[in-house]
Order: sequence, then C-alpha cells, then structure tokens
Amino acid sequence: MRPRTKRLLFVGLAIGGVGVAATLAITALQSNISYFFSPSQVIAAEAPTDRVFRIGGMVEEGSIARQPDGLTVLFSVTDNAERVQVSYTGILPDLFGADQGVVARGRLGQDGVFYAEEVLAKHDESYMPPEVAATLKTAQTDTPTTAVATQ
Amino acid sequence: MKVNWFKFAAPANFYPVAGWLVSVFAVLAAAAILIGLYWGFFETPSVLGGTNPQKEYYRIIFIHVPAAWMSMWLYLVLAGWCAIGLVFNTRLSYMMAAAVAPTGAIFTFLALWTGALWGRPSWGTYWDWDPRLTSELILFFLYLGYIALHSAIDDTRRADKAAALLAIVGLICVPVIFWSINCPDPTQCAALHQRSSLSQMESNILSSMLIMAFGFWMYSFAAAFARLRGIILEREADTAWVQELATKEARR
Repeated sequence: MRPRTKRLLFVGLAIGGVGVAATLAITALQSNISYFFSPSQVIAAEAPTDRVFRIGGMVEEGSIARQPDGLTVLFSVTDNAERVQVSYTGILPDLFGADQGVVARGRLGQDGVFYAEEVLAKHDESYMPPEVAATLKTAQTDTPTTAVATQ
Repeated sequence: MKVNWFKFAAPANFYPVAGWLVSVFAVLAAAAILIGLYWGFFETPSVLGGTNPQKEYYRIIFIHVPAAWMSMWLYLVLAGWCAIGLVFNTRLSYMMAAAVAPTGAIFTFLALWTGALWGRPSWGTYWDWDPRLTSELILFFLYLGYIALHSAIDDTRRADKAAALLAIVGLICVPVIFWSINCPDPTQCAALHQRSSLSQMESNILSSMLIMAFGFWMYSFAAAFARLRGIILEREADTAWVQELATKEARR
C-alpha cells in the first residue's frame, strides 16, 4: 500500500468514526434530555418537590390572569393532557402569550402551584407579517372541506 | 487550451491569483451585504404575526442566521482542507485551513452574540443551555483550540498536522448543531430553538436573509484569500520568488 493511500484510509476512517459518534450524540439528544418536565409528569409526582426544576408546555388559552399588584401573573401550562398552574412575578418575555410554547424554572409549592423564578418563551419557524398569517390561518381551517371536495 | 490546475497548488503560483480573487470577492461581498441590509431594513414587514409575533427585533436574523450558517460551513471547509493536507501533504491546503479558521471563529462569535441580543427580548434570556446554543459554543472553542494549537507548536509542519487532527475530530460538532432540534411537537421539544423551515418565511424576509448569506460567503472568500497571501509570504520568506518580490516592492 502506498503511503498516500494509507493516509487517505486513515483520514477516511477518522471522519467515518466522527460521523458515527455524531449520529449517536444526536440520537441521545433527541430521546434523553430531561431539559424540562411536562405537566403530566408533574401531576404524576415525577418531578422533584424539594428543588428547582423546569416545566415546559403550552400556555393555555384564556388562562392568563394578571394579579392586582400589576406584576404577578397566573397562567396554566398544558401538554394537552394535564395542566399546572404557574405563578410568576416579573417582566414576561415578548413572545409570551396564549397558545405559545413556554419553559418556566422554579419550585412546586405545597398548594400545587408552580412558583416560577424565570419564564422563557419559545419562537417557531413561521416568519410571516400579521395579515398574511391571518389569511393562512383561515386557509388552514378551510382546507378540510376543499380537500374533500377535490378528492 | 488545456490548463494545468495543479500548477496553482504551488504557493508561488497561487499568490498572484489570490491577490486578484481578493478584490473580486470583496466587491461582491460589499454589494450583497449592502443590498441585503437595505432590503432587510426597508422592504420587509416591521412586525410578524400569527404564532410567532416578533416585533422589529426579528431583523437580527438577517445577520444571525447567515452567520450561524457560515460558522458551520467554514468549519467543514477548514476540516476539508485539513483532510486534503493530511492525505496529499500539500503545503497550500494547510495554509488554506489556517487562513479560514479566524473567519470561522468570527462568524461563530457573531452568531452567539447576535443570538444573545435577540434572545433577551424574545425568549427572555441572553443565554440558556439549550442543545443548539451549547454545541455552537463548543464549535467556537474548537475554532479557538485549532488556532491556539497551531500557534503553540513552533515547527510549522508539525503544527499543521496536529491542528488538522484536532479539526477533524471536532467535525462531530457540526451535525450535532445542525440536527440538535428536529422535534416536531413543541410540548415535547427539549430546546428553545425550534426546527426551521424556509418555506414558512415571507418572501422578502427570506430573500434578504439569503442575500446576506451570499454576502457573508463572499466576505469569507475575500478574508481567507487576503489572510492566505500573508501566510504564504511568511512561510515562503526564504524562497527566491519572495525575495525577488520584496526587492521589487522596495524599489517602487
């Protein structure tokens, strides 16, 4: 074997090995990260009661209630199965709103309310101006009937 | 006419070509970035709606996303030149790798920095240990590690080989960054970043982002070739053609 072929083989094997390692890492990232607990896990008492953890899900439509002090906000986080009441005092991020993804860090109180120290909002892949987004929404609700009609 | 392309693998022959390429790519970069910024600032909606109602600050994506793309792409280029250098023992490939690394590090830093500025108003935090942020930070350290390892070894040829191995091992980071968020259900997603989809972007926003990406790409070419010229002169300082060039410059 010529030295150049040998080196080519060596570099090829190295890159192949790195590829396998990357695949394993990505698979692990997608299945194993306990970045947050879902409301179902909290209701099932899988989340710790004595230390800080994160809860993640969607803010339930119509559940956001500003308290009389003007700074505290109560809302429910849901995963479409269970819901957990969250209380937060402070300034909410801009993308926080009904039916938006949210991650809150804090402790679970004795009363079953989650007292958050930090509330993070999520964004999504849609980058549309408001009027286009509104038409898209109506188009989406219209599709089932038209789809049936064309089939 | 048959051109012998391998001629340009010799630093002495590539040096003048690189000088010419720098000016071409610099002009292209300046034009694309100017058009991209104008389009991004004046021809796009000022607020977003629907499920992602961001305000004016969403315009950071015109710098953030192209910079993040370039940070990953330049790492592939860096590792590619390192692999070619290891296999064929060509000096110019190692010089290319060394010329690309600082630009890649700059774009990685830019992606992290603009991301932090955007994350504060939208997510509510400058930094979070989300998988994509963490792996991008590791990529930044890999670039710094490559540059540091290369400059820590005095013998240039050994420095080239050691740093090349580090670059190839670090390749693991790029697919991890790229696929760290492919989770379709937002209630299950273990990340603040969401999967991206170019088809769900308004056409003006998409165009200005792609033009900026093209501009950053051209800038990378220009910066890498300019740096390469310096590296060639430095490493070939003892050769006849560099001495000749130096006396010619001195006489002028």
